[in-house]
Amino acid sequence: MSEPSAKDRRLAELRARIPEIEPAEALKLQSAGAALIDVREADEIAQGSPPGALRLGRGFLELRVEEAVPDKNRTVVVTCAGGVRSLFAAESLASLGYRDVRSIRGGFNKWKNGGLPVEVPRTLTAQERERYGRHLLMPEVGEKGQLRLLDARVLLVGAGGLGSPVALYLAAAGVGTIGLIDFDVVDRSNLQRQIVHTDDRVGTPKVESARKTLLGLNPAIKVVAHETRLDSTNVESIFDGYHVVVDGSDNFATRYLVNDACVKLRIPNVHGSIFRFEGQVSVFWPAYAKRRGPCYRCVYPEPPPPELAPSCAEAGVLGVLPGVIGLLEAVETVKVILGIGDPLVGRLLHYDALPARISELTLDADPECRYCREGAVFPGYVDYDVFCSSAGQGP
Amino acid sequence: MSKVTVRIPTALRSFVGGADEIGLEAETVGRVISVLADRHRGLIERVCDAEGRVRPFVNLFVDGKNIKTSGGLDTPLADGAVVSIVPAVAGGR
Ligand SMILES: [Zn+2]
Repeated sequence: MSEPSAKDRRLAELRARIPEIEPAEALKLQSAGAALIDVREADEIAQGSPPGALRLGRGFLELRVEEAVPDKNRTVVVTCAGGVRSLFAAESLASLGYRDVRSIRGGFNKWKNGGLPVEVPRTLTAQERERYGRHLLMPEVGEKGQLRLLDARVLLVGAGGLGSPVALYLAAAGVGTIGLIDFDVVDRSNLQRQIVHTDDRVGTPKVESARKTLLGLNPAIKVVAHETRLDSTNVESIFDGYHVVVDGSDNFATRYLVNDACVKLRIPNVHGSIFRFEGQVSVFWPAYAKRRGPCYRCVYPEPPPPELAPSCAEAGVLGVLPGVIGLLEAVETVKVILGIGDPLVGRLLHYDALPARISELTLDADPECRYCREGAVFPGYVDYDVFCSSAGQGP
Repeated sequence: MSKVTVRIPTALRSFVGGADEIGLEAETVGRVISVLADRHRGLIERVCDAEGRVRPFVNLFVDGKNIKTSGGLDTPLADGAVVSIVPAVAGGR
């Protein structure tokens, strides 16, 4: 019999000191509050890791573990690929003062083969790191924020004047899923402001034209085209599953549908509207956790009748204006996704281009609002008459 | 009397000769409305209904605060106050 190698002697010594447990028991301990630490390297973890595990690569374990697990009395379960590296890591944790440290026998391989839950943690690819480098440099976004953007699902109502700049910048920012609702086709008169479209796409559906441009800018995102007119029968099924809705529609009927569905589904409604040289931006989000703001109906309970709305012939717009207002909407959308800053909840920014004036107006929730007051029973959707749907063209 | 500035929205500027602001003297928002009604035919019908109530698609603000929560048409105006008339706008294309 040959002498055991130094490695084998050391392992035997570790096994004598560190309790080894089966993967199933580790899962039980984790559910009961134990910290599960996966000490494998990033490329191994990218293939899958136990859900909720703290992923602290062996190389940085000692440097980072105290921040991740401040309580030395908390049970710590360590895993690696096969159950050897975790023994070394466990011993090191014990020497840092962790009182109950265990190692998974057979490691993640045995965990996975035993059919225990596995998640593939999201990390940025090298390409994504390059593309979003300027975001990653800011701690308010960082890798975590960029992953939130990539996981976000944003629906744009209207792929027109407001929708164009919003769509372009959200695609550039890496919003992972952008939904577009529009039933219209590109008209040459749109191109004075609808910069997501191009001259050679005149006559083609706007959602298809926009999709081409957005994927040209950022091929990694997903663009979902809803080529339809929003109405009371489809609004909820289309909105369901989106995290933010950006209203860039062009008529009151749609704006009230957008509001009512967003209130019901508790989705933030990033609102922008424009008329000639003037625009309004707000975030209607009664479910916002930090402040109770109004919904669109709290502010404007009913749309104007056609005879009191600006006439269709007057509904021109300075081509640049939707750029200004749409980008304010895009900024609010990104803030809402990242949970940073102070969103325009309960505030309306009013921009008047001719005197170059921005005013901030306070909007309050109406405690009697039929749609968003506490305990309201949803009163149902209303299909208002659509008028002035396209500037100068009538419904 | 307080000297106040009234901001006129784009959609209603045709009733005031294209002006984006009008200066006038008034102690309350209600008084602003009646002064405008006297001087500019057609404008007030779009802001208030026949009973003088502010229409549901228009908001009035005094120094950025909605009069719905500050006393409605009785909201007092200090010298230099800015009254903004802000109707709902639907455009987006
Ligand atoms: Zn409401």
